[in-house]
Amino acid sequence: MSTRELTCIGCPLGCAVTVTLKDGSVTAVTGNTCPRGDTYARKEVTNPTRIVTSTVHVTGGIHPMVNVKTSSDIPKDKIFACMDALKGVRAAAPVRIGDVILSNAAGTGADIIAAGNVPAK
Amino acid sequence: MKYYDLVIVGGGPAGLAAAVSARDCGIEDILILERDNELGGILNQCIHNGFGLHTFKEELTGPEYAARFIDQVTERGIDCRLHTMVMDISVDTEAGSFRKKVTAMNRTDGMFEISAAAVILAMGCRERSRGALNIPGFRPAGIFSAGTAQRLVNMEGYMPGREVVILGSGDIGLIMARRMTLEGAKVKVVAELMPYSGGLKRNIVQCLDDFGIPLKLSHTVIDIEGKHRVSAVTIAEVGADRKPIPGTEERYTCDTLLLSCGLIPENELSKGAGIALSPVTSGPIVNDSLETSIEGVFACGNVLHVHDLVDYVSQEAAAAGKHAADYIRHGNKKHAKTVEIRSTDGVRYTVPKYVRPTEMSDTLTVRFRVGDVYKNCSIAVYFDDICVSRRRRPVMAPGEMEQIILEKKKLGEYPDLCSITIRIEK
Repeated sequence: MSTRELTCIGCPLGCAVTVTLKDGSVTAVTGNTCPRGDTYARKEVTNPTRIVTSTVHVTGGIHPMVNVKTSSDIPKDKIFACMDALKGVRAAAPVRIGDVILSNAAGTGADIIAAGNVPAK
Repeated sequence: MKYYDLVIVGGGPAGLAAAVSARDCGIEDILILERDNELGGILNQCIHNGFGLHTFKEELTGPEYAARFIDQVTERGIDCRLHTMVMDISVDTEAGSFRKKVTAMNRTDGMFEISAAAVILAMGCRERSRGALNIPGFRPAGIFSAGTAQRLVNMEGYMPGREVVILGSGDIGLIMARRMTLEGAKVKVVAELMPYSGGLKRNIVQCLDDFGIPLKLSHTVIDIEGKHRVSAVTIAEVGADRKPIPGTEERYTCDTLLLSCGLIPENELSKGAGIALSPVTSGPIVNDSLETSIEGVFACGNVLHVHDLVDYVSQEAAAAGKHAADYIRHGNKKHAKTVEIRSTDGVRYTVPKYVRPTEMSDTLTVRFRVGDVYKNCSIAVYFDDICVSRRRRPVMAPGEMEQIILEKKKLGEYPDLCSITIRIEK
């Protein structure tokens, strides 16, 4: 039996969560103050994931850049692959929140979607 | 002079939520004045996620969170003037009743004055600069506040540098450590003067630990080298007196130094208007209705005190909007009894500072920060000498805002109440 101390990143409260593991599987999660913490802790010790946010250039918009993010969390070790996939990607204005900018980024199954509005110039 | 019931200074998260709330409380005649070319304020450059968990029960990026409120303002047809800088707020003596005069300017209208029954201050805050920090060394290019770098990278599409040292572990510094790393820069170290981080724990995990960026607590920058561009930064450990310890110097070659050393509420307008400011928060001193020392002038968001979470800003601003609406309709309850909230023993300040037991809402959220890291301590609330509540907290730190709730009913049970004290106890 082993334990791991984590800080939940589910929300800014940052609860100190303790995960108890036996033979590589989670037997208990304590210290979390909401169900999100339980989910986070179980994932973090088995398959850690993150939402990735970045920006891409916009052509013909009132702003040069638009905020983008992965449509769901992706494995932590795919973060840089995802950033590489975004290199050189350009979006044409108008861009609306939720527009798909790049599908299946770096083979993660997650799309890159717009997280900001950029009207056309 | 054009008249509005309510003028809101600033179109960031606080101003937007205040406007929506005041409109929903029945105030038709509202004007938002914003100096930038769009609404949303600092949220527009905060492209990371984690906003809105409390308000919308989902994790949004800054621009997404801003868009939700901008849509609400647009749906309600609330007037906004962009590119407009407010120059002065004063009491309008000519209007007879207790009106406020807001002087503003922009490129199309020039300088103009607006008369208002109520004003909500929502100007936000500003970053502490190198000059304010007194960092020794040369003055080459490549030294940015973390927020400036954030704007350059996220909104304008420029990379400020390739090899980075960050001073200060405030949230913007942590967020920028990750952001610069994702964009291909090498962040060599984050140095923090204090023995604890000024940022949220979750940001240390997901911005530093995830990328193996070292955080050196009790360290500060003691030298900056470089003629045209930063070429190296030297950091050293500091003792309990926060002075560098000789022999602990470490030199990092780099081309960029980012500063994330605290935020200061931007209160030049408040000062000009003669509003009483708190020396601790640098924001206006307010009562339970978030009204400042000038009748009919309210404050909310980071201009009042610096928040960790935009969700709390929105809540506070909604309260300010509601109270401003009450004031516009019913005027000020000047003679209501006022009770001071005293902060001692680890509690640095409270917002609000004064409560009117007969006028307050049924419940009042009092927010504050502690002055040090406290483990397994309690937040105790005293009505005069009587302890009315104690709440155990496993960890409290200056970087994370705390709160207590006061109930009107409970205050009503103490008709002779003179003061409320909030303190940290073992």
